[in-house]
Amino acid sequence: MATTVLTTAPPAKAGAAGRGLISWAALGMAPFALFAVLFLIVPTGLLLIRAFETPDGGITLDNIAEIFRQESILRSFWLSIEISTVSAIGGAFFGFFIAYAITLGGLPPWVRSAIMTFAGVASNFAGVPLAFAFISTLGRVGLVAFILRDWFGVNFNATGFNLYSFLGLTIVYLYFQIPLMVLVFVPALEGLKREWREATAVLGGTNADYWRYVAIPVLWPSILGSTLLLFANAFGAVATAYALTGSSLTIVPIQLFAQIRGDVLNNPGLGYAIALGMVIITSVTSGGYILLRSWSERWVR
Amino acid sequence: MKTKSLFAWVIVTLAALYFVVPLLATLEYAMRQLATGETPGWFFLGKAHSFDAFVSSIVSPRFQVDFLRSMVLAVAAIVLGVLLVVPTAYLIRLKFPGWRSPVEFITLLPLVIPAIIIVFGYSRMYLATPWSPFNKSPFATDVLLTFGYVTLALPYMYRSVDTGMRSIDVKTLTEAGQSLGASGSRILFNIILPNVRSAVLSGAFLTFAIVIGEFTFASLLARPVFGTYLQEIGANQPYEPSALALIAFFITWACMGLIQIVGRSRGAAPAR
Repeated sequence: MATTVLTTAPPAKAGAAGRGLISWAALGMAPFALFAVLFLIVPTGLLLIRAFETPDGGITLDNIAEIFRQESILRSFWLSIEISTVSAIGGAFFGFFIAYAITLGGLPPWVRSAIMTFAGVASNFAGVPLAFAFISTLGRVGLVAFILRDWFGVNFNATGFNLYSFLGLTIVYLYFQIPLMVLVFVPALEGLKREWREATAVLGGTNADYWRYVAIPVLWPSILGSTLLLFANAFGAVATAYALTGSSLTIVPIQLFAQIRGDVLNNPGLGYAIALGMVIITSVTSGGYILLRSWSERWVR
Repeated sequence: MKTKSLFAWVIVTLAALYFVVPLLATLEYAMRQLATGETPGWFFLGKAHSFDAFVSSIVSPRFQVDFLRSMVLAVAAIVLGVLLVVPTAYLIRLKFPGWRSPVEFITLLPLVIPAIIIVFGYSRMYLATPWSPFNKSPFATDVLLTFGYVTLALPYMYRSVDTGMRSIDVKTLTEAGQSLGASGSRILFNIILPNVRSAVLSGAFLTFAIVIGEFTFASLLARPVFGTYLQEIGANQPYEPSALALIAFFITWACMGLIQIVGRSRGAAPAR
C-alpha cells in the first residue's frame, strides 16, 4: 500500500523542481553504493575470484582441491562444523526454554524485560573479554575451582575438565548463543495464538497434545531457522577462540587468521580457497535461516 | 498455572546462574591483585582482595592510548555510518522504493560474511597493494579500520534507521520543507534527522558496543586498540585482563541501557 503511494505520487507533482530533485536524489544514493562496492563487495569478491586463480593469473580448481588434499585443513573445517553445530543446538535448546519461560511462563513482566535487555548485552559480549570472563570462572585457578576446593574439598583440575578444549569452548560459545536464540525466538513464541490452545482444549486435547500437534509443528521452522543462524554466528567467530586457546584448538577461522597474518600455509591460493569455503558454509546456513523464517511467518504473524 | 510458573522460575534461575556466575567470577579474579604494602579491602575464600587491578589497568599509559583510539574509531564509525545510512534510507523511502530490497540485502551481508573474511579482503586489496592510499601511514590504516567498523555495524545501523523512517511521514515532511524553500540537505539534516533521532541513537550505541571491544579487524590491520591490548596483556598479566573484561562488559551494558532509554523516549516525542 505504502509503496503504491510512493511510486505513483512523484509523477503527479512533477515539474521543473521535481525533475531537479530526481537527479539530486540519484546522486544522494551514490555514496552508499560506492562504499558498499569498495569496502564490502569488491574486497570479498576479490578473495572468491582468487580462490580460482593460479599464482600467475590462470584459472584453476587446484586451490579448492588442495583443501581436500590437506588433512589438517579438512580437520579444522570439521572441528569448526562440529563446534558450531553443538553450540547451535545447545544454544537453541536452552534458549528455547528461556524464551518459553519469559513469554508463556506466567512470570512478572520485569523478569521478561530484564532478560531481554541482558540478552541484547550478552549476544554482543563475544570476543576477547568473554574469553577472560570464562578463564576467571572455569580456568585452573578460577572461581569454580576455588569454591569446589575450599567449600567442598573437590579438586576441580582432577575432574578432567579443561576449558581449552572442545567442551570448554562450547560452554563459552553458549554464553552468546543462548541469548541470540532468546532474541530471535521470543517473537515466534509470541506469534502463537491463544485460539489454537483453546481449540485444542475444546476438541478434548491435553496440554501435551497442544504442544505435540499444534505448537511444535508451527514453531519448528523457526526453531530450525534459528539453529542455522546460531551455526553461522559461531562458525565465523574467531576472537573468543583465539583469546581462549591461542592456536591450540585449530578451528577454520583461527587457521585463516594465521594465514592472513603471514602465509603460514605457504600457499596463498589455499588461503583464498578456505575463505571461499567459509563463505559458502555461512551463506548456505544464513540462506536457510531466511528461507525458514519467511516460511514460518505464514503461520506466526 | 502454579506448576507452570514454578517451571518458568526454575528455568530463569538456572539461566541467571549460568550468566551471572562468570561476571562475579571475573570480578573476584580481578580483585585478587594486591598492591604491595597496601592493606587489603576485604576477604573472600580466606584470601585478601582489593580493587588494585582496576586502578593499575586504567592508569597504564598503553591502555589509555589504545582505549582512546577505540573510542575515536567508534565515534568516527558512528558519524560516517549515519552520514551514509540516513540519506540512503531517506531516499529509498521517498524516491526509490524499488531499491529497497537490493540495499537491504547489501546491508545484511556483513552478518552473512564472517568479519575475518571481510578483513582478509581489506588486507589483500588495501594493505598489500602499492597503489592503495590506506597503507601509507598509521592514520591512513585507521581510516580503513573505520570503514571496516562502518561495514560491521551496517546491518544494525540500517535496520534501526529504516525502522525510524517507517514511523514518520517522510513525504509530508519533505513537501513541507520544500514549500518553505528548504534545500535538499537542509530537509535531510534539519527536518528528517531530528525526527529519526532516537533510531539514529540506537544504531549509534550499538555501533559503539560493537567497535569498543573489537579484535579481529584491528589485529589483522595491525592497529593497536582496546581489543588487541586486552588480548596482548592476557598473555602476560594475571589479573588486569579480568578487570578490563569487566569494564568492557559494563560499556556494552551501558550502550544497551541507553538504547532502551532513547527507544522509550521515541513514544513520547510525537505527543509534544
